[in-house]
Amino acid sequence: MKILSAWLRSYLPDIEISDRQLADDLTLRGIAVEGVFDLGPGNGSLFEMDITTNRVDAMNHYGIAREAAAIYDIPLAPLDASLPAAKPARQSFPVRIEAKDLCGRFTARVLRNVNIAPSSGDVTQRFALLEQKVISNAVDATNFVTMAIGHPTHAFDLDKLEGGIVVRRARSGERLKLLDGTERTLTIEDLVVADEKKALALAGVMGGWDTMITPETKNILVEAAWFDPAAVRRSSRRHGLHTDASHRFERGADFAAAPIASALVSRLILAAGGEIEGELIDVIVPEMAARTIQRPAISLHLREVARILGKTANGHAIDAPTVERYLTALGVGMQKAAAEMYVAALPSWRLDLEHEIDLIEEIARLHGYNRFANTLPPFAGSVTELPWAAKDTALRRTLRAAGYTEAIGSTFCSATEAVTFAQQPNSWVPLGNPLSEEVGCLRPSLVPGMLSMLAHNLNREVDDLRLFEMGTIFSGGTERVQERPSLVVGATGTAIAPHPLATMRDYSFYDLKGIAEELLARFVTKSIYFDTFPASTGLMPSWLHSGRAARMVADGETIGFFGELAAPESQSRKLRQTVFVGEFDLERLFRRSLRAPIVRELSRFPAVVRDFSFTFSDAIRWQQIADALTLLAIPEMRSVEPREIFRDKKEASGQYALLLRAVFQAQDRTLRLEELHDWARRIFAALMELGGQPRFPLELL
Amino acid sequence: MTNQDTWPELPGYTDDILNKVFSHFQQWLNADLEGVETEDGREHLRIKWLGRKSGLLKQINDTYVQKTPPEFKKNVGHRFNAFRQSVEFELDPKKISKRTGIAVETLEQLGGGQSKKVVEKSVIDITLPGIRPALGVEHPLIRTMQEIVRVFEHMGYSVGVGPEVETDYYNFEALNFPPDHPARDTQDTLVVAHQEHKPLRDRLLLRTHTSPVQIRTMERQPPPVRIVIPGKVHRNDAADATHSPIFHQVEGLCVDENITFSDLKGTLDHAMKELFGSSVRTRFFPSFFPFTEPSADVQISCIFCGGKGCRKCKHSGWIELLGCGMVNPAVFEFVRGKQPAYDPKKISGFAFGMGVDRIAMMKYGISDIGLLYSGDMRFLEQFA
Repeated sequence: MKILSAWLRSYLPDIEISDRQLADDLTLRGIAVEGVFDLGPGNGSLFEMDITTNRVDAMNHYGIAREAAAIYDIPLAPLDASLPAAKPARQSFPVRIEAKDLCGRFTARVLRNVNIAPSSGDVTQRFALLEQKVISNAVDATNFVTMAIGHPTHAFDLDKLEGGIVVRRARSGERLKLLDGTERTLTIEDLVVADEKKALALAGVMGGWDTMITPETKNILVEAAWFDPAAVRRSSRRHGLHTDASHRFERGADFAAAPIASALVSRLILAAGGEIEGELIDVIVPEMAARTIQRPAISLHLREVARILGKTANGHAIDAPTVERYLTALGVGMQKAAAEMYVAALPSWRLDLEHEIDLIEEIARLHGYNRFANTLPPFAGSVTELPWAAKDTALRRTLRAAGYTEAIGSTFCSATEAVTFAQQPNSWVPLGNPLSEEVGCLRPSLVPGMLSMLAHNLNREVDDLRLFEMGTIFSGGTERVQERPSLVVGATGTAIAPHPLATMRDYSFYDLKGIAEELLARFVTKSIYFDTFPASTGLMPSWLHSGRAARMVADGETIGFFGELAAPESQSRKLRQTVFVGEFDLERLFRRSLRAPIVRELSRFPAVVRDFSFTFSDAIRWQQIADALTLLAIPEMRSVEPREIFRDKKEASGQYALLLRAVFQAQDRTLRLEELHDWARRIFAALMELGGQPRFPLELL
Repeated sequence: MTNQDTWPELPGYTDDILNKVFSHFQQWLNADLEGVETEDGREHLRIKWLGRKSGLLKQINDTYVQKTPPEFKKNVGHRFNAFRQSVEFELDPKKISKRTGIAVETLEQLGGGQSKKVVEKSVIDITLPGIRPALGVEHPLIRTMQEIVRVFEHMGYSVGVGPEVETDYYNFEALNFPPDHPARDTQDTLVVAHQEHKPLRDRLLLRTHTSPVQIRTMERQPPPVRIVIPGKVHRNDAADATHSPIFHQVEGLCVDENITFSDLKGTLDHAMKELFGSSVRTRFFPSFFPFTEPSADVQISCIFCGGKGCRKCKHSGWIELLGCGMVNPAVFEFVRGKQPAYDPKKISGFAFGMGVDRIAMMKYGISDIGLLYSGDMRFLEQFA
C-alpha cells in the first residue's frame, strides 16, 4: 500500500518530524514502512507500507496519521465532512436491507444535476504522486475517500435504477455484469446491492456495469455501507476478485465511518456542480451495530498490564498516566473505574480490539517494544531430551564416520511410487491439493526420495555417492495417518576412490551389509540374522534385486531390507550404474537400548592363528559354516572369519574354495599344542560334516 | 595373485616333486617382493616369511622338513636351506651377514635387501594428493537446527516433537486461528485427501508450523513448561529460490507464573547472542500472529557487517530472524479443558519461532533453498 507523507501531514498540523524519522517510528510501532521514496521538492515522500491483516484501520492515510498523533502525542485534525444544505426530497429514497445477517448498515445519498468531469485539486495532485489512474470526478472521489479514510463507497448512476435499493442475497444462478466487464453467475451465498428488479453490485467487492458512472450521468446515488467481513470474503474468493473494497470490508471496516465517507465523496463530486436531494438515508441493523459500534466496553487492570509486559528499560512497569495517554490517543474511551482499573470503550474502527490483552498489546506497541527491559525468567526445572535423541545421534555419528552424508529429501512421491514402495497395499496417503501429480502422495518409504537424490547426482556426473536420510514415512490411508521414523541408506560408485597408488574398488552389497551390521551393533540385541527370499514369495520388497538383497532381523523382528536396486527401478530412473539401497525401521530399532560398552579383560597370553582351507559346494552358505563352528562351543576360539573365497572363473564347478582363519586365545594360560590339535580336529570334522573337502590335510596343521 | 599362497601336496620325495614344491615357494616369495613398495611393507613381509613363531619359513620347516622320513631328509633339508638363504638375502641381509661375515652393504650391492626398486621408491612424491577417507557430512539444516536447540537447552528448555500430519484443531483452531483465516485455505496449506466428511477440526493436513506441539505439550503437562520444538513443516508453496513446500522450524514455548514480555525480550536477546556472537543486538517490532499477543518480529543486527549496512542485510543493518509473542490467553483457554492449571489469569507465557532454512541460508550464503532438499553432493560436501 502506498502512502503520501504530505497527505499524512495534512492531518497532523503540529508534526515536526522528518519523513524518514516518521517512517522509522511508525515501523517500530508495527505500522511497517518498507520503503521511503523521495517525491521531489514540496511533494514529500512516498511510503511503501506493509500493514498486518489485523490493522485494516491503518490501511489509509487518516488511520496512519492517527497512529503518528498517538506516537508523538500531537493533535489529529478532525475530518471536514460538512455539506451544503440539501434540497428537500418529495420522499426519501427507499432502502431496504433483507440480508440482515450480511449487511449491518447502508447509507444512501442522492446527488442531482452533477457534472461528470475530470478531477481537480488534491485528487489529481495526489493521484499523480501515487501513480493512480484518474477516471472522473465521481469515480475518483470514491477511490480518494478509500485512500483517505479506508472506507469503500460506491456511486451509482441513479437514473439506471429501477426502484429503491434492496440489499439481499443473490438468487441462485442470477447473473451480474461487473465493472471489470465480466459477467458472473451468483449463488445464494453472494450478497448483492440490488434495486427492485435486478442486482446492481456485488456488495463490498465490485460495482455493476449497467449502473456505472458515465460522462452522461446526471444523478448519482452514493452508497456507503458496512458489510459482514465473512460474506465479503466468501464472495471475493468465489469469484476470484480481490479489490481495494473487498480487502477492507473482509478485514472489518469502520461501522461508524459510513456517513462520513458518504459526505466526503459527495463533497468531492459536488465541487464540480450539483446538489444534494433529501437527507442521508441510513439503515442500521441493530444486531450488527451491537456487534460493532456498540460493543460493550472492557475492563483494563493496571496489574495485568504489569503482569504481562514486565518492566520497561527504566526498571518500572508502565504507569497509569502513560496507559491512559496511549489508549486515549488511539480513540479508546478511558474511564477510571477503580484505583487500578479502567473501563475502556472501544473505537468503532478497531474491531481487532476485543479483550483486555488487546489493549495491553496496544500499550506495549505505542510505548515501543525496544523500550522494554531484557530480563530472564527464573528457572528451577530440569531439561529432558527426547527419549530417542541419543539413539538418533548414535546412528548419525556411525553413518557419518562410515562416510555417509546426510540428505533431506522430498516428503512427497508420485502415486506410482507410493504403490511400489508402500509396505502394505492400499496404505498410502494421497494429498487433497498436491503441488503436482509427481508429488501427489505422502512418502510411504524413504527409498523413492533417496533414488531421486542419487539420480540427481548421477545426472550431474557425480558418481561416487554415499547418502542417508532419516525422516518420517506415512501409511494408514487418509482416515488415520500413521507416521514412523525411518532410515534410508543409498550408495553407488566406488567404495575406495581411485588414487594412483591405491587399489580402487566398487561399492558392493557387502559394503551396505557392513553398514547394516554396524548400525545394529549400536544396540543391544540377543540375536541377529540376515536372510533372503525368492521374488516369488513376495517377502522381499519388489524394488530390490532378487538374489542380491537381504532382510535384517534382530530378535525375531524385521529391522530392514537392503541390497542392489532391482533392474526395473534402476531402468525407469535411467540410473547408469548399480545402486545399492536399504531402508531400516527406526521405530523397531529404537525399541532396543543403546549398547553400553563393557570392557573385556585383555589376555596376557599369546593368541594362535590357524588357517583352514576347504572346498565347499555352492549350496553351503557362510552362515551355515559359522553356525557349525559356533556350535562347537570352543571358548578359546576368539574369532573365526572367512579370509578368502576362490572360485574358478573359467569353469563353473559348483564349488568354491574357502580359506578361513580362526584365532585362539585363553585368558588364563598359554595354549598347548594338544589343545590346538584337538580344536583343529573338531573344526575339520564340523566342516566335513557340511560336505567340505580339506585342501590341505589336518596333519599339516 | 594370492593363488600362489597355497600349500602343495607332497606326494613323494623325488627331485621332481621337491623342485616343484620349492619353486612354488620361490614364486610365492617373488610375487610378494614384487608387490612390496614401502619399508613398512617390507617389514611385514619379513615377519610373514621369517617370523619366529608362525613365519612361512617356520611353517615350511614344520610342514615338510620336520615330517620328512630320515632317508629323504638330506634332499629336503638342502633345498630348504637354499630357499631360506634366498629369503634372508632378500628380507633380512643382516642375518646372512651375521652368519657369513659378509658386510650388509656388500649384500645390498649384490641386489639383496633393499632391491633397486625400493631404493628408487624410498623417495616418494609427497606432493601427490593424500588418500582421503570419505567422511560423511552433517546436513546444514540438521546442524543449524541442533545449534539452535542446544542454545535453548542450555537455557532450560526441553525438546518436544509432534506429528507432521496434524488435525485442523491442533494446527489452527487451538492456536486461535479464526475459521476463515486465509492460512486455513488450501491455497496455503497442503491437506490430506478425502477429509470432507469429517468435522473441520478433525481434518488432516500437513502442519504448517511446529506450533501444534505447543498445544500438545500443554495438554500433556501442567505449567511450568519450557520446550523447544524442532521439526519439518510444509506449505502449499511452489518452489523457487526462496520458497520450498518443505521447510524446517524451531519453535519455543515458556509458560509459568509471571512470565513477562520483558522476559521474552531478554530470552531471545540472550539466545541470539549465543547463536550469532555476543556483539549481536536485537530489535523487536510489533507483528501479528493469532496465537500470540502482543506479537513481535525480531531483527538482529547484521552478522556480516555488524549493522553498518551491506548487501546481505539490504543495507539496513538488520536481518529479520524470528517471530514471537506472549501466548494469547485464548490459546490457554483451549488447553484449559484438559489442563485446568492453564488459567490465563494466573499464568502467562511466551512463544517464538524461527525458520531454520532461512538461518542456514543466511549463515552459509546459500542462495537457493532447493539445494537443501536436493541431496546434491557438490553442495553437501562443502559442509564437511
